[in-house]
Amino acid sequence: MNALAALVQKDLILYFSNRRAILITLAAPILIAAFFGAVLGGPPKKPARVPVAVVDLDASSVSKSMVAAMKADTAFALEESSEPEATARVREGKVRAAVAIPKGFGDEATRALFRADAKRPQVTIYYDPSQAVTLALVKGLLTEHAMKAVSQAAFSGETGMKVIADSRAALKTSPAIDEGERKDLLSLFDSLERVQSRGAAPGASRGLGSQGFSMPFETRDSEVTSGGDRKYNAYAHSFAGMGVQFILFMGIELGVGLLLMRRVGLWKRLRAAPVSRTLLLGSRIVSGTLIALLLVAGIYAAAIAVFGVRIEGSVIGFIGVAIAFALLASTFGLLIAALGRTPEATRGIAILATLLLVMLGGAWVPTFVFPEWLQSATLVVPTRWAIDGLDAMTWRGLGIDAAVFPIGAMLACSAVFAWISMRRFDWEE
Amino acid sequence: MLQATDLRKSYGANAAVAGVSLTVNPGEIVGVLGPNGAGKSTTISMMCGLVRPDAGTVTIAGDAVGEDASAVKRRIGLVPQEISLYEDLSAIGNLELFGALYAITGSVLHERVHAALELVGLADHARLKPATFSGGMKRRLNIACALVHDPDVLLLDEPTVGVDPQSRNAIFANIESLRSRGKAIVYTTHYMEEAERLCDRIVIVDHGRVVASGTKESLRRILPATQVRRAEVEGPIDDEVLAFLAAHGLVVREAEARGSLEDVFLHLTGKQLRDAP
Ligand SMILES: Nc1ncnc2c1ncn2[C@@H]1O[C@H](COP(=O)(O)OP(=O)(O)OP(=O)(O)O)[C@@H](O)[C@H]1O
Ligand SMILES: [Mg+2]
Repeated sequence: MNALAALVQKDLILYFSNRRAILITLAAPILIAAFFGAVLGGPPKKPARVPVAVVDLDASSVSKSMVAAMKADTAFALEESSEPEATARVREGKVRAAVAIPKGFGDEATRALFRADAKRPQVTIYYDPSQAVTLALVKGLLTEHAMKAVSQAAFSGETGMKVIADSRAALKTSPAIDEGERKDLLSLFDSLERVQSRGAAPGASRGLGSQGFSMPFETRDSEVTSGGDRKYNAYAHSFAGMGVQFILFMGIELGVGLLLMRRVGLWKRLRAAPVSRTLLLGSRIVSGTLIALLLVAGIYAAAIAVFGVRIEGSVIGFIGVAIAFALLASTFGLLIAALGRTPEATRGIAILATLLLVMLGGAWVPTFVFPEWLQSATLVVPTRWAIDGLDAMTWRGLGIDAAVFPIGAMLACSAVFAWISMRRFDWEE
Repeated sequence: MLQATDLRKSYGANAAVAGVSLTVNPGEIVGVLGPNGAGKSTTISMMCGLVRPDAGTVTIAGDAVGEDASAVKRRIGLVPQEISLYEDLSAIGNLELFGALYAITGSVLHERVHAALELVGLADHARLKPATFSGGMKRRLNIACALVHDPDVLLLDEPTVGVDPQSRNAIFANIESLRSRGKAIVYTTHYMEEAERLCDRIVIVDHGRVVASGTKESLRRILPATQVRRAEVEGPIDDEVLAFLAAHGLVVREAEARGSLEDVFLHLTGKQLRDAP
């Protein structure tokens, strides 16, 4: 066995002889990734229903059919309540928003459908500012069901007939409309009345009159992931993030270990041997890389076996990203040893820097929730390459070409780290 | 074999070593004797290329020792003052690692490792980790680690600190057997008795300077005869003798039975090494 192999073997034996430490290095990322994964979506599943409260102050046939339709909508978990209760529920965070349908909504809305000058009823939406995105969701839902209920009322039954009669009277006396337009509108009302009376007749076929307007399209919701039967698995991202974080911590420990080593007699013994400095530091890079790789393997073994994570993309790409990241973590540790002075101070600063790096790299929350400027700013953060690369090869299911950039960038970065370390490392404290 | 000439090293304003020269021949033990902070360890570090001297040279059989990975380093075995072992590697694992660093491989490595363990009396503990060893066993393994590559020059920096007399005697026996195999040995200590018992020549250093050097006998002659206040007498010291001494103005402060306290200690506890079972 040559000197390099002996040094690497020594590092591996020493690292893995500390079984408790290994268990912690492996258990911590797995537990935390499991937590984040469960919180941020868990295994593949249907989108959750958004809890919304509705207050029907009108209680007209229009508002009632609107509430019934909203209840039937699978996008929401609807609860009916009084206005004070509903606002309290929003404040407590029990529902995301509350919709208050005002008194007189049915009549006013039906009239406003045909007359621009008519008073429009005001529907109040109370919403939780921390969940502002649901406001748009609730508005959309309201629009769909209100249009349907109001138009249904307008084209059928008593309300409709009364509204048409009122509108016709108003149109006849309105001075602001020119003769041609007045004639066209009056003939539109005539046709509407014919539709209404046909709908009212017994045994009539169910036409437009009984159904009202409906959405002129339907949507089919299809998740875009790796395709096939596989669905997005939030664990895939959280394991990438936590794996990266804790393996960088391991890199720090190796770096700090080197600084501690400098204080003891063993260091003299190693340096008295006829081996070059490059070989001594190089052996640390090799052993750090191997340890990091074994940790990646252990963490992903748990992710695959227990949490249903799959390498949907290129397996070779995944291995490539893992190796490049392992090298990055190892050289990062060495860099810390080269730039640090005392082990104590170095460990603190290094952990802080690492937390910052992994946060910006998207280990905690995916980078797509960052504001746009931060998304492009973090493109130069090495941890982002690692996490994006692992994401691409797991749940995104991309091919090896998507791994080329992260691998190349991490290897280049590792080379720079190694070069700086070799030049800057102080052989004595 | 080893030749150090006018070595100097300062740390800031503190001159740790200020002109030390010494020569060691094969089959010779040279003791470097000095109090704490005299510059013994710094001198050893310069002799094996760990510390670059501000001035002076070190050669081994004519080849200069430098900081690089040069071949001359293979001829030096260093036993650092601190116990320098991987506590979680077995004794044999430590020896194999340090052998491999000196490019010793295969069956030669195997033989040398076992010979070194045998020499320091740890063959029965080869597979155990130093973490489980007593202080004396660690000290002996600390020495063995410098022997695997069979160096010509052995630098021992206070190798007996904190060991019991049994281990100390075993270590002395080891070093003497290495001398008989022709090694050139430098031995630092601040115990006079050690230097006296073991060394062929002694260099006394203080404040980084050599204050005296030579054989034990030549060093003893430095003291003027009138300063000698110690006498060894054969036979019982009775009242008559004490009265005679008192008449000549001499006071007996201490009377010792024949042999040292160590002789008594060893007489009572035996010479058996006290290794953990
Ligand atoms: N790396 C260093 N930086 C600064 N001062 C140092 C360094 N190494 C040694 N010294 C100083 O040099 C002097 C000699 O130290 P050295 O360790 O060589 O003494 P020593 O004779 O081996 O002492 P001891 O018996 O305590 O081992 C001391 O004053 C010490 O403080
Ligand atoms: Mg010393």
